[in-house]
Amino acid sequence: MLYRTAGQFKTSYIADQALFPVKQDAFLLGIILTLAWIVFPLTASEFTFQTLLIPILIYALAAMGLNILTGFAGQLSLGTGAFMGVGAYACYKMVTLMPWMNPIVAILLSGVFSAGIGVVFGIPSLRIKGFYLAIATLAAQFFLVWLFEKWAWLYNYNASGAIQVPNLEMFGVFVSGPQAASVTEYYIVLFVVTLLTLLCINLTRGNLGRTWKATRDMDIAAELIGINLMKSKLTAFAVSSYVVGVAGALYVFMWKGAAEPNVFDIPLSFQVLFIAIIGGLGSIMGNYLGAILIVGLPVVLNVVAGTQVFEISTPSAILLVALIAAATFLFWVARSLWGVGAAIGFGAVTLIYGYAQLQGFRIDSALIEHINVMIVGALIIFFLIIEPHGLNQLWRLIREKLIIWPFPH
Amino acid sequence: MKDTEGYVTADGRQIGGTLMEMRNITLRFGGVVAIQDISFDIREGEVRAIIGPNGAGKSSMLNVISGFYTPSEGEVWYKGAKRPPMKPFEVARQGVARTFQNIALFEGMTVLDNVMTGRLTHMNAGLASQALWWGKARDEEMENREKVERVIDFLEIQNIRKTPVGRLPYGLKKRVELARALAAEPSILLLDEPMAGMNVEEKEDMSRFILDVNDEFGTTICLIEHDMGVVMDLSDRVVVMDYGKKIGDGTPDEVRNNQDVIDAYLGVPH
Repeated sequence: MLYRTAGQFKTSYIADQALFPVKQDAFLLGIILTLAWIVFPLTASEFTFQTLLIPILIYALAAMGLNILTGFAGQLSLGTGAFMGVGAYACYKMVTLMPWMNPIVAILLSGVFSAGIGVVFGIPSLRIKGFYLAIATLAAQFFLVWLFEKWAWLYNYNASGAIQVPNLEMFGVFVSGPQAASVTEYYIVLFVVTLLTLLCINLTRGNLGRTWKATRDMDIAAELIGINLMKSKLTAFAVSSYVVGVAGALYVFMWKGAAEPNVFDIPLSFQVLFIAIIGGLGSIMGNYLGAILIVGLPVVLNVVAGTQVFEISTPSAILLVALIAAATFLFWVARSLWGVGAAIGFGAVTLIYGYAQLQGFRIDSALIEHINVMIVGALIIFFLIIEPHGLNQLWRLIREKLIIWPFPH
Repeated sequence: MKDTEGYVTADGRQIGGTLMEMRNITLRFGGVVAIQDISFDIREGEVRAIIGPNGAGKSSMLNVISGFYTPSEGEVWYKGAKRPPMKPFEVARQGVARTFQNIALFEGMTVLDNVMTGRLTHMNAGLASQALWWGKARDEEMENREKVERVIDFLEIQNIRKTPVGRLPYGLKKRVELARALAAEPSILLLDEPMAGMNVEEKEDMSRFILDVNDEFGTTICLIEHDMGVVMDLSDRVVVMDYGKKIGDGTPDEVRNNQDVIDAYLGVPH
């Protein structure tokens, strides 16, 4: 009912190739943008900004960069963390060498440096692919992090070896550094992320996007129909590394405030890769869904651990509803043993946890960490087996079903 | 040395001069000789078939034409000029399009996107224009979409336009592949076993499409096929290969009565 497309006729190819050919999608996007640009900044607390809103946006952007390379162009990369580092260090050098520079411009320019480095480390992709390419990007990962540590010029020879974000002003307002307000940082991140998302959507739906996808799906056929594979792969590396680099600059300047070289080590690469896989390779929206899940999960677990499930409180009620909804949903989507297993698993966990809580059992924070890792690991296995196209594909299936609802076909 | 005279086919079509000429092509893989000293020409507007028993070197020949293999010896002449060694994508950009024996579509993309990739060689908007979806990129997209829609109409695949290719049955995939090759508006279209694995009805459909393409767009077609009935009906001239050598060349009737060809297909007593 909500998604009825009948009566929405397209009379031109421009209309048919518009970003949102279905009116309801445009409406939904309108709601999301209103929430992001108006409602959240007005209502969110300091805690929400720093643990949810800002990191979700930054991780989503980094995953989007990786997704362009891995999901759209089919080139596996494990060097995302290091390329984020290149963006962060480039931005740091720019604002310290040229303090008059507009911070947003500096952030957007820092991607150019990571794009250049990305192209250099993308050259092996012309000869090797798959796991071997992943190993080659792994070399970039280790080499760059080593460089961040050893090349003192990069962190202006300070004793700690870390980069400290200075207080930067723009139109008389502090936008970064210790004195900046969270809401300002949030708006800057939101602006950059919205802008780059729009550009990425356009690139992936146009000619270049088709070139990348053709390279991914069958490179020999792609070359025989006239695609220059070298150009296709290297543009993918350049665009991807640009986006990842900007995400890295935001990561340090708008969120962390300071960074040592090991921040950009391989765990960061994996985290971004997990977001891209869970969100869905080859999609733009999936990165947001994946980031919400990966960034949100530990926060939710922490909040939940601090409350009693069978006490009537808002978080516990939300948790129960969410668990039941998730179980039903899994059952509905998979309609198989997996769905039944997941539903039973969720139910069992809820009951056992509830019983333990009644007995006075409390979870300590170290255990929460471990549970978080276990859930993320289980989710990755789940998605790789059941739905390799991730959360985004689940959303697409729901949407397809809604369009024809209440009929099955 | 371009032959401009041409000839008139049995059904009264005027065939033009030489479009592509293979001169003494030899192709070796190490010690294996896949193609040995073969010469033939393809004329403008004709349907040229390459036939031969399994392992005769037909697909290798097609790969030489499309630039996937560089011949060990010999020259390829195209549009009156000798073709220098070049990458396959450069050959494609000169107007040589092809389909594949085993379907080589981009499975993750929709039919429309797949056919649009055929237009890649005609699109050259810059990165900025594409990222902003404004100006040249948008105009190009619309122009080429219109051309692609014409091909989609022509091959009667309108109803599956937005379906991901991975979900289509075999026969339709073959047709989408033809659509992708046609969208490039090639001067010469290479078809590698366009009817392999099809039932009679699908073969009839495909034959009609091939003839229609040749008729309406005047596209020169070079095809490999195993179904003799189809080859003899469709093609104007046939090259016959066996063990990497050319054993016959001429109209279907000439080839049919060629003793070497009969021997190659039916075998000779030793």
